[in-house]
Amino acid sequence: MDFNLKIWRQKNAKSKGHFETYHISGIEEDASFLEMLDILNEQLIREGIDPVAVDKGCKSSGPVSFDHDCREGICGACSLYIDGRAHGPDNHVTTCQLFMRHFKDGATITVEPWRSSGFPVIKDLVVDRTAFDKILQAGGFISVRTGAAQDANNILIPHDKAEESMDAAACVGCGACVATCKNGSAMLFVAARVSSLALLPQGRIEAAKRAKDMVAKMDELGFGNCTNTRACEMECPKGISVEHIARLNREFLSAKFKD
Amino acid sequence: MADKLISKIPDGPLSEKWKKRKSEIGLVSPNNKRKLEIIVVGTGLGGASAAASLGELGYNVKIFCISDTPRRAHSIAAQGGINAAKNYQNDNDSVYRLFYDTIKGGDYRAREANVYRLAEVSASIIDQCVAQGIPFAREYGGYLANRSFGGVQVSRTFYARGQTGQQLLLGAYASLNKEIAAGTVKSYPRHEMLDLVVINGQAKGIIARNLVTGKLERFGAHAVVIATGGYGNTYFLSTNAMNSNGSAAWQCYKKGAFFANPCFAQIHPTCIPVHGDQQCKLTLMSESLRNDGRIWVPKKMEDVLKLRKHEIKPSQISEEDRDYYLERRYPAFGNLVPRDVASRAAKERCDAGFGVNETGLAVFLDFSDAIKRLGEKRVAERYGNLFEMYEKITASSPWKEPMMIYPAIHYTMGGIWVDYDLQTTIPGLYAIGEANFSDHGGNRLGASALMQGLADGYFVLPVTIGDYLAHKFAEPKTDINAPEFEEAEKKVQEKIDKLFAIKGKKTVDSLHKELGHIMWNYVGMARNDAGLKKAIADIQALKKEFWSNVYVPGEQGEFNQELEKALRLADFFEIGELMARDALNRTESCGGHFREESQTPEGEAKRDDANFMYVAAWEYKGEDKEPELHKEPLKYEFIEVKTRNYKD
Repeated sequence: MDFNLKIWRQKNAKSKGHFETYHISGIEEDASFLEMLDILNEQLIREGIDPVAVDKGCKSSGPVSFDHDCREGICGACSLYIDGRAHGPDNHVTTCQLFMRHFKDGATITVEPWRSSGFPVIKDLVVDRTAFDKILQAGGFISVRTGAAQDANNILIPHDKAEESMDAAACVGCGACVATCKNGSAMLFVAARVSSLALLPQGRIEAAKRAKDMVAKMDELGFGNCTNTRACEMECPKGISVEHIARLNREFLSAKFKD
Repeated sequence: MADKLISKIPDGPLSEKWKKRKSEIGLVSPNNKRKLEIIVVGTGLGGASAAASLGELGYNVKIFCISDTPRRAHSIAAQGGINAAKNYQNDNDSVYRLFYDTIKGGDYRAREANVYRLAEVSASIIDQCVAQGIPFAREYGGYLANRSFGGVQVSRTFYARGQTGQQLLLGAYASLNKEIAAGTVKSYPRHEMLDLVVINGQAKGIIARNLVTGKLERFGAHAVVIATGGYGNTYFLSTNAMNSNGSAAWQCYKKGAFFANPCFAQIHPTCIPVHGDQQCKLTLMSESLRNDGRIWVPKKMEDVLKLRKHEIKPSQISEEDRDYYLERRYPAFGNLVPRDVASRAAKERCDAGFGVNETGLAVFLDFSDAIKRLGEKRVAERYGNLFEMYEKITASSPWKEPMMIYPAIHYTMGGIWVDYDLQTTIPGLYAIGEANFSDHGGNRLGASALMQGLADGYFVLPVTIGDYLAHKFAEPKTDINAPEFEEAEKKVQEKIDKLFAIKGKKTVDSLHKELGHIMWNYVGMARNDAGLKKAIADIQALKKEFWSNVYVPGEQGEFNQELEKALRLADFFEIGELMARDALNRTESCGGHFREESQTPEGEAKRDDANFMYVAAWEYKGEDKEPELHKEPLKYEFIEVKTRNYKD
């Protein structure tokens, strides 16, 4: 397969970015989107090695930087905004699980980084998502010390509650919810953590405080408000439901009442 | 130098050893812990759980990872589960049985005392993880559910769908976040350790590259913990994450830490087959699938040929024309034989010409019986996300046709040599999780890596490191302007300068692919004397070519992924060479290490206990010098060493 790739290039956080267009051919339809970018990068690096020998359809700025790691849809590192959609045209996948068979041969594909004031660009398609760490540090945990736990089967959890908690806990922290939200809200991310723990008896004790502290940190870090457009749910690679946002809101309100 | 290999295994009965060691270990008072600094490199299950636990104890911890956040460490990708000797199923499981299965699964090349301790603390791990809010699978009565894994005959594996590693890591990461918020741990994401700093023979700090700014930075401490995982990516194609690498461990080796059993690499039987030469990463399908999936290839060559030409579908092949070769060869364990056995059996069938897929390098993993027996709903609950993942990647539905699988490099049992306290041969330097060599011998059983990472991080290291630090609190903070730091940073800088100066004709990835071919062909599933010698020569030649003909684009003072890869590849050549050397030395077959010269008439691995019942610990002797082999004899006091038998 052949493609024209219109890719966002930005040298660093301070510089202004721009699009560059590259042509790539001979891609297998079973190749993943990131394997396709690997091949493009090999091509761009070879241009650096021997500029004359390579067909010059573009001015090369060297290989394209992008975050990636596990390549099996679980680490949450990959974060590309492809043809106007977080993680591209397939539903409920991370970018690394997007395959070229989902594109038309000869198509022009636009690739951008996550765009959100919460996630400043580091280089090209790489963004800084440490804000998510900070939100979780504000309360996304149960305060148990190593060694203090009782026997695991002393805490009984109904099967369906455990499953629902797991649905929320499946969040990979990629940031697609923020990138796709017109308000740049991190509500689905926060809700997934709050809800996952609030559904379990061992998470109830700190539930209200957790909701309040994490929302406050999210606001402080400049993420927007939720206006219930449900775009986040659509683009979440793990299909995390906005019902968890409803649970977050309940926890948050009950915390506020107690204040 | 043999005296360096003091394993510090406590005397006494097996079940008393850990208790005994703990009672001997020096304590550090809370006000003194505040004065002590510990560096932890790596944020997977081992690193994150260790840093969180050390922070809780009151130490000052700095934790480093190469990714943008600690949560991305590759432990996240572990699918199937974590073992623990809880005996919740009343199937007569016990600490002893978990210990025994692990020793046997490792083909009698792991230390008895370490493995017993691992089994002993396994139950506490589950308690800890449940308390952290990890949503393990539950029965309808609210109790924890279990499943079975390869190499065992009980159900002791706890799981959270096919995302157990993710959930355990998020638990450890949450504890880490709690400590970061409390100020006891400081996190340094996007930092890569490029050297270990040793002062007066003791580990005192690291040189790390800030991957965003490209600047080299110095960090001092009273002790350093390496938790950077394995070196499976030496093979280029593996199930490891793209950025997983052996470099941090390798710098420790080059600074004097012995490297043990490097040739013990695990080849996992159930991975999605290679689809073409554009691929850079293989995807694992969880071993848990072997609970209900049946592995087979056609009995008749005509069916094989028709399948390759897509003239028939696998589901059209009748029951009597299928060769369920694992059930045939290993009736007692069937599809749940250990990984090394299952991988070799797949290779045997493919080598005999019965492999499927266009390449002939695949076997079937079939769920049709399970779907009939359990119904779609229950199969979906157990494996739904794995089926979905398989379909996304291959565009074929496991609900309709069997999966195709083939073995791939997955895990490395070898690693930095450590004593019973998890201390390396460099005082003050510790290695935990996959980065060390200690618990899995020649082959790791499924669901045991998560167990070991968390055992080391939550329950072993936080105790044992105290023995070293108990004598250190009076020492001042490490001075990062000391000449040893200057020297280490200078060396790293020179290495980086050299890489940019080469301006050669080959890309980093293309050279890595070449290394991968050598490794897979000669240091892969079957190894022999001539092949290993060739591998060593070829790797040396390729390493030379790398240092004279690689091209690293961009600049060093910026975010530069090609430079990161080049630095890691430089070490992979050396790691690969040591793996081949170790494999050449070990002329027996054992666990994942199969020497063609050493097999039974039935083609099973043949150990040589008389000559090889030892840990091979290699000492670095300098650039282009042969490393020195030290042997730590393995003594089995409490179990009888037998030939592994999964047949009856």
